[in-house]
Amino acid sequence: MKILGIESSCDETAAAVVVDGRTVLSNEISTQIPIHTLYGGVVPEIASRKHVERITQVVDLALKKAETSADELDAVAVTYGPGLVGPLLVGVSFAKAFAYAKNKPLIGINHISGHISANYIEAPELEPPFLCLVVSGGHTHLVRVTDYGQYEVLGRTVDDAAGEAFDKVARAIGLGYPGGPKIEKAAKTGDPDSIEFPRAKVADHPYDFSFSGLKSAVLNYLNHEKMAGHEIIRDNVAASFQKAVVGALTDHVSMALEEFGEKKFALAGGVASNGALRESVKAECEKHGVSFYCPAPILCTDNGAMIGAAGYYEYINGKRSGLDLNAEPSLAL
Amino acid sequence: MRILGIDSSGLVASVAVVDDDVLLGEFTTDYRKTHSTTLMPMLDELIQMLGIELSSIDAIATAAGPGSFTGLRIGAATVKGLAYALKVPVIAVPTVDAIAYNLYGSKRLICPLMDARRQQAYSGLYRFSETNKFIVKKEQAPEAIADIIERINNEDEPVTFLGDGVPVFKDFIEENATVDFDFAPAFCNRQRAGAVACLGRHYFDKEYYTSAEEFRPVYLRKSQAEREAERSRMRASAAQLESGSRPFSEIGESEQNAKLEPGEENLLRGDKNA
Repeated sequence: MKILGIESSCDETAAAVVVDGRTVLSNEISTQIPIHTLYGGVVPEIASRKHVERITQVVDLALKKAETSADELDAVAVTYGPGLVGPLLVGVSFAKAFAYAKNKPLIGINHISGHISANYIEAPELEPPFLCLVVSGGHTHLVRVTDYGQYEVLGRTVDDAAGEAFDKVARAIGLGYPGGPKIEKAAKTGDPDSIEFPRAKVADHPYDFSFSGLKSAVLNYLNHEKMAGHEIIRDNVAASFQKAVVGALTDHVSMALEEFGEKKFALAGGVASNGALRESVKAECEKHGVSFYCPAPILCTDNGAMIGAAGYYEYINGKRSGLDLNAEPSLAL
Repeated sequence: MRILGIDSSGLVASVAVVDDDVLLGEFTTDYRKTHSTTLMPMLDELIQMLGIELSSIDAIATAAGPGSFTGLRIGAATVKGLAYALKVPVIAVPTVDAIAYNLYGSKRLICPLMDARRQQAYSGLYRFSETNKFIVKKEQAPEAIADIIERINNEDEPVTFLGDGVPVFKDFIEENATVDFDFAPAFCNRQRAGAVACLGRHYFDKEYYTSAEEFRPVYLRKSQAEREAERSRMRASAAQLESGSRPFSEIGESEQNAKLEPGEENLLRGDKNA
């Protein structure tokens, strides 16, 4: 079964053709990062306009590279939330019109479900149930995947997403946007033990995350050092900050592995391409004798293949969306 | 030739199918519902009611802008999805022109007003000649309502206002217009996809059309972030000019950049759409 997956929830216009939820025939991504870098972050109105300019070409390329005609598709899957409303509306409107004109079933997909489903693509043996940590610029979720498309959210961030903290700290230490890869690079030459940043816990909700306190701690540290006339060693700040984030995330993973006893653990989302996080969570899984899964970086970033993969299992589950499908910026998992 | 007309540029959502000289059907609503939930169901309803195949459409004419940024985007992405799937051309019709075209045959000046917030309207000035040729006297643009009315007063001719800006600016018009004016009635005073399709046919005959890939909405306004960035660049270059650090050869360019569009000062205060 061939599914066209369309994704436009933030600053990537993406489309892919996926067979049976596991085999990727094409995965086209048109990123807007260079444009938003000029503004230090994603500007929703500019992102929305760029999606409109690119969506047709991206879908066309995805079909051509998959050597699949529109008529050969079995369904169209599209991200309808969570995300930025303007960007989401472009993908949703295009997908509805295209599916209608081609008389194909339409399946609205939750963006986070897409990130989790990216794990199915490279690991044919991976099947629910398993535990999953989704970390990206907009989301931080610890989830039990009880079945395909069935999720039990154990914890989520109460303030900033992990990736958001990376972006904000990167801006504060002059690394710019996007923060994740830039901090990871700087951290490689910094000393992670040079500064002690806090690992926040959320009272009464052990699986929830909080990163705004850590971000403030970094900003306070920078201010304090500047006032004291000390030289700020940027790479040390980056390394110490990254260690604190990775530490907090790994603590949660450890706790969940002990409590739920699942034998499989998966990482997902843009921040999952961070090498330090992968290594740390992988080591934690090995300690518990749990199989560790993580998609290749290209499948961690926002992409259409993950939407095509999730779309397949939602199709099997019988989900169909109507022509009144709307963008839902705060859609819950 | 069968043309599908679509307009979602303002509060109105409208779809129509025009078969040469016959309007097969039109579905227009103006009830403050989100276009993302109404436009496609309306199209489906219309196609089913007519009992025609969507694939019998030869071209899609759409109100390309200006208008609500979100409305234009929903329309553009929808048109692209349809046109790409059906492999038909897209005819981009200026929104304000299409609103004016509703008053075909009028002997008065035609002044559409689309509310653009902050005492501005997307407007233009139109008339039909003795032989009912559609004449664009002033092209569509965002403009302060005071400037629009001043121009109309200078024209010194009877004028008909229409568009969703009429309820917004009615008091201002009544207080400030010195010419004979009236307001178009409900059946023809808003966006109508039938008018978009008919005007689109003229564009098509002049081979003025594009593809799903190339079509872009016409916002006529930059995003707030871009305006602010330009503004701070202008400030920076002005400071450089004062300090005399810029080479003389670049001065011409910076002066050109410094030219603000009418009302741009107001725009800089923030656009809820941006």
